[in-house]
Amino acid sequence: MQHVHLPRRRRVNRLMEGLAMLAALIAVGMLVIVVWSVAKRGAGAINLDLITKNPVPFSFEPVAQGLANAFVGSLVLVGLATLMALPVGILVAVYLNEFAPPSVRTFVGLVLDVLNGVPAIVIGIFVFGLVVIGRGQSGWAGAFALACLMLPLVARSTIEVLALVPSSLREASLALGVARWRTTLSIVLPQTIGGVLTGTVLAVARVSGETAPLLFTSSIVGTQTSWSPFHALQSVPVAIFELSESPDPQDHARAWAAALVLLLFILFTSLAARWLATRSRRKLAASR
Amino acid sequence: MSSAELTPEATRRPFTGRRVRFGDLVLQVVAGTAAAAATVLVGLITWKVVDGAWPAITHYGVRFVTRVAWNPVVGHELYGAGSFLFGTAVTSLLALAIAAPLSIGIALYLTELAPRFLRGPVTALVETLAAIPSVVIGLWGILVLGPVLRDHVEPGLHSALGFIPLFGAPSTSGSSMFTAIIVLTIMILPIVSSISRELFLGVPSELKEGALALGTTRWEMVRGVMFPYARGGIAAALILGLGRAVGEAIAVTQVIGGGVFIHWNLFDSGDTLASKIAASYQGATSKLQVGSLIYLALILLVFSLVMNLAAQWIVRRVARRQGLGART
Repeated sequence: MQHVHLPRRRRVNRLMEGLAMLAALIAVGMLVIVVWSVAKRGAGAINLDLITKNPVPFSFEPVAQGLANAFVGSLVLVGLATLMALPVGILVAVYLNEFAPPSVRTFVGLVLDVLNGVPAIVIGIFVFGLVVIGRGQSGWAGAFALACLMLPLVARSTIEVLALVPSSLREASLALGVARWRTTLSIVLPQTIGGVLTGTVLAVARVSGETAPLLFTSSIVGTQTSWSPFHALQSVPVAIFELSESPDPQDHARAWAAALVLLLFILFTSLAARWLATRSRRKLAASR
Repeated sequence: MSSAELTPEATRRPFTGRRVRFGDLVLQVVAGTAAAAATVLVGLITWKVVDGAWPAITHYGVRFVTRVAWNPVVGHELYGAGSFLFGTAVTSLLALAIAAPLSIGIALYLTELAPRFLRGPVTALVETLAAIPSVVIGLWGILVLGPVLRDHVEPGLHSALGFIPLFGAPSTSGSSMFTAIIVLTIMILPIVSSISRELFLGVPSELKEGALALGTTRWEMVRGVMFPYARGGIAAALILGLGRAVGEAIAVTQVIGGGVFIHWNLFDSGDTLASKIAASYQGATSKLQVGSLIYLALILLVFSLVMNLAAQWIVRRVARRQGLGART
């Protein structure tokens, strides 16, 4: 670094700083453009019909139609997936944090990372091979596929908050002669509710937009609303996927409207999760 | 506690108490079963995918991986992954090539340059980009981005740089590998930039201040101190981003158009492993075709396992060397 080149070095520095700022602008710009596109096109097409009426499969005249079956289906699918993934995820985290020897902890942690990295479409193919070949598509199959995606997310976030629980709490309880299982269930776990909730909300936000795991497990459906997971259920992302490939502009309008609802739901839940996370962390830090 | 109980064994396991309680055993077994189930799940995924692909594996062997063919006509059935591998490589590597400098730039801006009051909000905005579902990005890609690129960007690039085979004649549909590359770039940007940001935040300020005190400009400090320090972690972040791009099915299916051929024209349609699988969800009929589709999924699974383990290995190695928290 020679002094003679100082002006040039300053120019290079300014250039690089400008490029970094440009990169940040591009990223934020992308977000604004995508969200704005969805908002602009979706807002005009949103009406009550979207969530109250079912799609009409074939008609020469324009009729009021919606995606009620997709919204109901998504509710059932994501609800069931959460019921499957949440208890298992919490138990995995409890085992890893409270019982497992270090080597097992590292290994299962790696397994969770690997599971998290398996592409969603491969999870869909897996459940297709496991359940759908032979028994056909069903809401259960779709929910199970979504649960496979949720499990590592829930387990990871629970592990993180469990690690934040001060060990003095555990030790105090154990010193009073409370059994280990009661210490874990009634002293340690209640401390983590905020964090577990955050992780769950984030996982729900993530899978409610997932299309790939449902394509092969719960996508070949009629146009009727159904609450029963024993046959295939339509879902919002799959409906958007199908409508986006249709040539009919009316279908596109419904796709934009559904996309806007989905996006608002996801943005809202992510914000809620962020708020929950800061709150619960502050609480844990205070109890330390 | 009497001193008689402080046997070496008791001191080694201080929390166990006098004897194993029944409740402890139950909780440990139940929680242990859950952890075992998660591990078994990964094995089951691998086994089921191999099992489903078996008809195609036995029929075609490894020749399948490189063959360029996808003909489902009964009597003339012939399948291969060659063109999809090519499409996957071109789209995800180019997306990574665009996303890598952008993400590192974003991370640098957020850690070094941005005014303090902007850092939080801009970080949150970039992370929000990751929360947009791929089907929504795909919807935007097929209805907005594709036509815009076809009408305004691709003709210009073609006439200016048409002598390079990458920039051939634009397709009429608006579906192109180029659209897929842009869509993938948007999807991997937030992942790579948020990991890079955490890595840059972990660079000890003594090192940075030391460099600045020696008279470096800020960029020279970044290049001489921060990049070498974060190099391993950034490599891992790039691998994870690549894994995301390779595995993305939905948005790519929506914008890429499909087709079984190998060509270098980015402005024409193509197909990737993941997009081919997603596009065939209603159409697979014969046993061999279903097997071949699952064979594609198997290739994808192997890729994702290798890339994930490589990234984890790098992260763990870097963490051990620098004593940083190993987070991905």
